[in-house]
Order: sequence, then C-alpha cells, then structure tokens
Amino acid sequence: MTASVFFGCTFIAFGPAIALFLFTIAREPLRVIFLIAGAFFWLVSLLLSSLVWFISVQISNKESAVQQKGLLIFGVVLSVLLQETFRFAYYKLLKKANEGLLALSQEETMPISIRQLAYVSGLGFGFMSGAFSVVNILADSVGPGTVGIHGDSQHYFLSSAFMTMAIILLHMFWGVVFFDACEKQRWWAVAAVIISHLVVSCLTFQNPEYVTSLVPTYVILFLMGIWAFYTAGGSFRNLKLCLTCKDKDFLLANHRPR
Amino acid sequence: QTHIADEGKVKPLSHPRCYSAFLSFAGVSCNSVEKKIYVHLNYTVSCVRLLNATHQIGCQSSLSGNVGVLHVLESEENLDWVLHSGPNPPYMVILESPLFTRSVMMKLKNGSGRVAGVAVVAPNTNPAEGFSPHTTCPNENTGVYSETYEPTMANCNMTVWNPLGNGLSYEEFDFPIFSLKDDNDTQVIRQCYLDHNRAGNGSTPQYPLCAMQLYSHMSAVTDTATCMRRNAINFSLNPEMVCDPLGDQNVWASTRPLNNTAKGHKMWESVVIAAARLDSRSFFFDIAPGAQSGVSGFVTLLAAAHALRNATQEAQPNRTILYTFFQGETFDYIGSSRMVYDMENKQFVVDLDNVHSVLEIGQVGLRADSKLWLHTDPVSRRNESLNVTVDVPGFSQPLPPSSFQRFLRARPIPGVVLEDHQSAYTNKFYESMYDNAENLNVSYPPNLTPEEQLEYITDTARAVTEVATMVARALYRQAGGEESQLSSIKADPQIVTKMLYSFLVRSNNSWFQQLVPSDFTSYLGKPPNFYVGVVQQSSEPTLLVQYLLANLTGSTINITQDNCKNQREDESDKMYNYMWVQGAAPPNSTEREGYCVRSTARLSKALSPAFDLEQYTSKNFSTWTESRWKFIKGRIFLVASHELEMLTLGVGVGVLLSSLLVTYIISSKADILFSSGREPTNATY
Repeated sequence: MTASVFFGCTFIAFGPAIALFLFTIAREPLRVIFLIAGAFFWLVSLLLSSLVWFISVQISNKESAVQQKGLLIFGVVLSVLLQETFRFAYYKLLKKANEGLLALSQEETMPISIRQLAYVSGLGFGFMSGAFSVVNILADSVGPGTVGIHGDSQHYFLSSAFMTMAIILLHMFWGVVFFDACEKQRWWAVAAVIISHLVVSCLTFQNPEYVTSLVPTYVILFLMGIWAFYTAGGSFRNLKLCLTCKDKDFLLANHRPR
Repeated sequence: QTHIADEGKVKPLSHPRCYSAFLSFAGVSCNSVEKKIYVHLNYTVSCVRLLNATHQIGCQSSLSGNVGVLHVLESEENLDWVLHSGPNPPYMVILESPLFTRSVMMKLKNGSGRVAGVAVVAPNTNPAEGFSPHTTCPNENTGVYSETYEPTMANCNMTVWNPLGNGLSYEEFDFPIFSLKDDNDTQVIRQCYLDHNRAGNGSTPQYPLCAMQLYSHMSAVTDTATCMRRNAINFSLNPEMVCDPLGDQNVWASTRPLNNTAKGHKMWESVVIAAARLDSRSFFFDIAPGAQSGVSGFVTLLAAAHALRNATQEAQPNRTILYTFFQGETFDYIGSSRMVYDMENKQFVVDLDNVHSVLEIGQVGLRADSKLWLHTDPVSRRNESLNVTVDVPGFSQPLPPSSFQRFLRARPIPGVVLEDHQSAYTNKFYESMYDNAENLNVSYPPNLTPEEQLEYITDTARAVTEVATMVARALYRQAGGEESQLSSIKADPQIVTKMLYSFLVRSNNSWFQQLVPSDFTSYLGKPPNFYVGVVQQSSEPTLLVQYLLANLTGSTINITQDNCKNQREDESDKMYNYMWVQGAAPPNSTEREGYCVRSTARLSKALSPAFDLEQYTSKNFSTWTESRWKFIKGRIFLVASHELEMLTLGVGVGVLLSSLLVTYIISSKADILFSSGREPTNATY
C-alpha cells in the first residue's frame, strides 16, 4: 500500500524474531553460526520439496482445478514432513558436532548445551521460513495499491504478517520440544510436533477466511509456547518468583558451590 | 525517444481464483501478489511533451507516476466535486469525449493539485459537431506573412483558417492525459468506479476506493535550447539524452532524371514543383490518421504522377516536373523550410533559380458542391500563368498555411495552392484523432473481405480521381506540354481507391505487399499514423510513399537481384534509384517473384535548419523537439484509507517495541526462569 504499511507489516512479522536475535544470539558467535546453519537446513528441505512439487505439477493435468488443489495439499504435507526430517537430521549433526567440539576444545564442559542448540536451530528455521513466507508480499506492499480489486479481502497484508510472526515463534518452540524429545527418546512428543506443524500448515487452506486460520494458529502457538517453556526448564513457581520480584532471595538461597 | 516495451502487459480481466497457501511453500501456480492488486492498462496512449524555441507544450507526470482516485465526470457542473467538494483528492478524472472541451480542460488545468490526471475515452464514431485541438491559425509565425511582408494578412487578421480550433494541443498540462478506447477494458474501469467510488445519496464514499496510476514522465523541460544544452552534457560513459528534434525525410521524384551528385544550379533546367504534405498530428502521441489534412493531398499527387507517367515518357514537356512530398509541415514547415534552405545553399539537385512555378495540393478530400479553389498570394501575384478550370476566391485573401509559403519567403515565385475550401477550412477535425476514413466518407458496403474492400471504388475515390486528373493536366500544360496530349492524361480510379484503402484503413494488403522490399513487410499492418516523429526514426508512411512513387513513376528493369543492388554503386546511381521489391506470387506457387524498379524517387533529409545551424531560439525555422521518456503505462487498483495505513504502522511499531521489552526482561531473568530440571554435570547457561 505504501511505505507505512511496508514497515508496519515488516515489524509485525519480524519484530519478535529480531528482538530475540538481538538480545540472545547476536553476542555469541557460536550461536550465530548454528542459527545460520539451521536456516540453511530449512532452505535445503524447501528446495527438495519444491523440486518434487514442480515435477509433479509439470506431469499433471494443468487444466483440472481439482487435481491442482490436490497437488497443493500433497505439496504442503510433503514440505512439512521434509522440514521435520531435516530438523531431525540437524539434530543428529549437532550431536556429532558437539562430541567433536568437546574433543577439540581444552575445556571440560561443552561450549554450548543441546538445549541452547535446540532454541537456536528452531529460531534459524523460523527466520528462513518467515522470510520465504512474507518477503514477496512485503515487496508488493510498497506500491500504492492494496489487495481487493478482484474481490479479495483487504486484510491480506496484515494477516500475512501476523501469520508469519506466529510461524517464526512456532518453529522456535517446535525446535525446543523436538530436540528435547529426541534426547529423551520420547517419540510421542516428536509425533505431536509433526502433527501440530501439519495442522498449522493446513489451517492456511482456510484463507481468505483469515479469522478461522489465524485464531487456531495463535491458540496452538500459545499451547506450544507453554510446552516449550516447561521443556526448557521453566516452571510455574519460577514464573511467579520472577513476576513478584522475589528472585534475588531465590538466587542467594539456591546458591551452591560447583 | 527511448521507450522500453511496456512491462506487465497482463490481461486485465478474469484471472483464475488462486489458492494462496502462502507459508512453508514456494512456487504457487498463481505466482504473483501483484496480480491481486493491480490491473494493468493494455492500451496506453498519452500526450507527450514537445518543446520549441519559447515554450513547452503537452503533459507531464511525476517521476513515480501520478496516483488519483477515479472519478467519472458526468457533466461540467460535476467538476465542482473534483475541484472543490470531493473529500479524497487528488482525483483522476475520466472524461467521455463530449466533455473533452477547452473549458473543462482549462478548469482542470487550474485545479491546483486536486487533479492527478485525465483519461479521455475516445468514441468509436466521430462527434457530430467537430473538434480540432490545433490552433485557429496554424503555423502563423513561420509562414510568409509577417511584420515585413503584408502585416495586415499576418496572424490570420483577414481569414481565420481553423475556426473550430481550441488550441488544446498547444497548452501545457502538469498532469498526464491518456486516451482510452471504448472497449471492455474501459468498462472494467467504469465498473470499478461504480462499485467503490460512487457516493450514494449525498454520503461520502467509503474506503477502499478505486484509483488509477499513470506514468508518463518526460525528461525535457522549458524549451529546445535548454534540452539541447542538456543533451550535450558529457558526464558519464552513457550520456542521457533528454530530447530529440522532430524530423524525417522528404520524398521527391522528377519526370526527367536529374544528376543527383551535382548539386546546386543546373543550367537550362526549369522545374515545376508539384508539392503535397505527408504528415499530421493529434493531441495524443503517435495518433495521426490525417485523412483530410494529409492523405487526400498526397494521394492526389501520387495519382497525378501516375497519370503523367506515359505522357512524360513519350512526349517530354519542356520543363521538368518535380514531385515533392514534404514531411513535418505541421510543425512549422520542417520539410519545406529544409528544402528551400538546401536549395539556397546549393545542397539540392536544383536551386531556386531553376524553379519556374509551384502547384501545391492542400486538403482536397471533402468537396462541398464539388468545388475546388485555387488560392494565390495577392502580394506576389502578377500574371496568372496557370490556366485551369477552377474557382478563385473572389476577394483578396492570403494564402492558407501551405509549404508554398516557405518558397515565397525566399523568392517571389508564382504558384497556387489547391484546396477544397474557399476561406475557412471545411475540415471539422483538423489535426485531431477524428480525421480518419469516416471524415472523408470512405465507407465500404458490409460483408466485403479485406481484399474486396481494397478493390472497391468508393465515391471519395472517384472524386479524388477527378482532382488528380485535373492536377495532372494542369501540370502537363504548365510544364509546356502539347495540348493534344491532354485528353489522354487520366488518373486511374483503381489506383486511387487502393491507395486510399491502404493509407486510411489497412496497409497490410496484397497490393502493398507487392510493392515493398522484403525487409519492410514487418512494418505493414500498423494502424495508419502520419505523425512525423523524431529524426532518428524514419516513419513508415515516408518509405511507403517512396516505394509507391517509384512504382507509379518508374519502370521495371529485367535484371537479377544482385545486379539491381549493384546498380546503386554504378555511375547510374547519379540519375536513377534502383530498388528490389517483393512482387507477387504466381498462382500456383508460394514464392514471390521480385523485380527491380528503376525510378527517380529519392529521399532528402527533412530536419529543420535550426538544428544544423544550432540556432535553437530561431524565429525563422522550426525548432520543435520531442522529449524522451522511459515508459508510458497505467494501472488501476484499490487504495486504503490513510488511517488504516497509519494503524498498521502503529501496530507494527508496538509489536516491535513490546517484543524488545519482553525479550530483554526474559533474557535478563533467564537464569531463574529456566532453572528447574538443570542437569548439574554437563550443562552451561
């Protein structure tokens, strides 16, 4: 629509991700490296799934709308499965890399824990996924026009931005839960992550009924956020302590010599 | 002018509905968000900026295109909405053709920022009451009548030649003005206006509103001297040109071959010049059907030249007849001023001392009461050396705007101008986009194929043939030919009707296909356009007239294609011009049999002497230039309200700031928040 819509939607879509990057990742070079590697893995999974989709579209009958819709659904499901496969592959790679890093470094403890790696890799997946979702749309939002001349809904840009924000945060939460489940061999948790990813992706087929796709996505985001919080070591007690500012006493009380 | 081919020429109607699965997936079959937002205009014809020594005329848009809310103007009173009371300026005004008048456009011009642009819907039939955007006194400063030569006749003090002229073509507008055809695409625009912008029962229309963006940014400003100076700046490896001079080439041929390499005065050569005009213009760029103002004149001359072919080859008259077709006459006589200049400076085959008299054919297509009028210059008229059976305007009247005036500026040569009007023009659509076949009453019975239409002899063709016959006989007698030959000189109505069809309706027909060389056939088939254009680009009508003239006055030579091309390099080049043309395909084959045409038809440069002399503020010569532009395009879309945009920006900034805050808080308290389940041995935070 104009520059104000462009900046507004950019900030909505990438605001939390930029904030997380600035405060938690930017100062540690190792985390930056693993973030970018995670983004790269997501990109490779996208490349593979789009290759498969492209070939299947060329083979198919381009006239039949039903077939095209079916192909689209197949493409989405395949892409989700490939992304999760690559998340698992990245996990395996990181485990091996950690052992190697430990062998090389002089210290006794690992420079970065698997929990942090889970967070960083999830955020990396989220960044790349968000970029591919929304950059195309942002580029067109700079012009003077808004969506609607053919009857589509006016809120296309806004809802795309909100959806992208949800996806980026969801990828981060999924990363945390997935890596922890792989560590503890809890395969039902892995399946739950995959299923929730599928659900969120398929919810977008509800568009342009943006309410019916955005609200359930945000509900899932909230639930996944809570799950990831607990997985990462948080608890309701810690939260209450933080919020009521009793943390100083807690630290002192829990201080133990290593 | 550098026009990059229009981008985004997408079909504006009915694109299939897309499923926008826009996440975790790339390469959806309907691949552009842009298609959801914009509908591109297919047919973009705009008015462009022209500059001369003192003024700039035409239209200009801003560098990033002018955006305005659509408004279809219902009447002149409805202008009040656009100029004063409408709540969402600036407006893009859509005008139907009855409202495209001087008063409406002047009010819009003074709209002070509330008018973003104008789109005029061109009707399919000509308006009944006439329309001419040209001035009332064409070429008033570069003719022969001036302060020094009979000032009472200057500036149309005695006769106003174009009384219907409203001068719109010579006004300057600071917003773009486009022309739309009255077809489905324009109906989409009107429908968008009706759906979104129509205020119902006095209430203001609600956002989102339908809007249009027009791009026609012109690089040149102020006047010709400024833009030529800017052309000459050599800042970088690719200097940017901002304007180009208007010009093209004149076509000329002679009944007796003249030695083309020996320029200047030719001893014992006395020449009768038969002149006609090739070009025309309209308010919009590259639209100039020019039927009555140009085509009628030069078709008559071509037919007369054809009628004289046999007579001048068998019994040569004393004097040579020089057929000249001038380009650029609309813009202060570019072609004829150049030819007179070349003659004065010994750059042409003959010079002014060789010229015996001039017969010019003006607008002869619309003969009311089948009358023709001979106009002469009352100041220089001495003994009437032309003896033809037409009427002379009874009173002392100046010459109408004509190329002959430029010859008179140099020397008092006897001459006449043949027109179909006694004083003011009978052409109601002089230099406008309506001066087309309909204006000349060239119409064909229904259900004829294009080839049948080509051969059908219309009434207009018959009338023009009569004029051509008369002109041919007058020229022959003027050149000193014998009286006995006169009755055998007759113009061929078949040729005339084919020429009128080709120049007014369709040029891609079987007859033209035979006459042109094979590398020219791709240029046939464009709609007829007689705008002179910039000097670097030779316009198609000029070359077509040259090929026609060669075919109608020359002869076929039986030599091979290579010899035909080689003859150009031989010494015969000085006398004749050789051309290899496609020819027709024999009935049982698809290969065309070409042949070589030998003729005296040649081209001579028609660029105003002001550019060679670098006198860009000259008052004597034409100084017209055309600005360059990058692209001309338009598109329609919906716009949202300013409040919604600001709200989006506000929400975005709010999300960013709150996420920064929350992240800072969480990261500073991360030790406590994520403390339970800590593995004491090999975990670090």
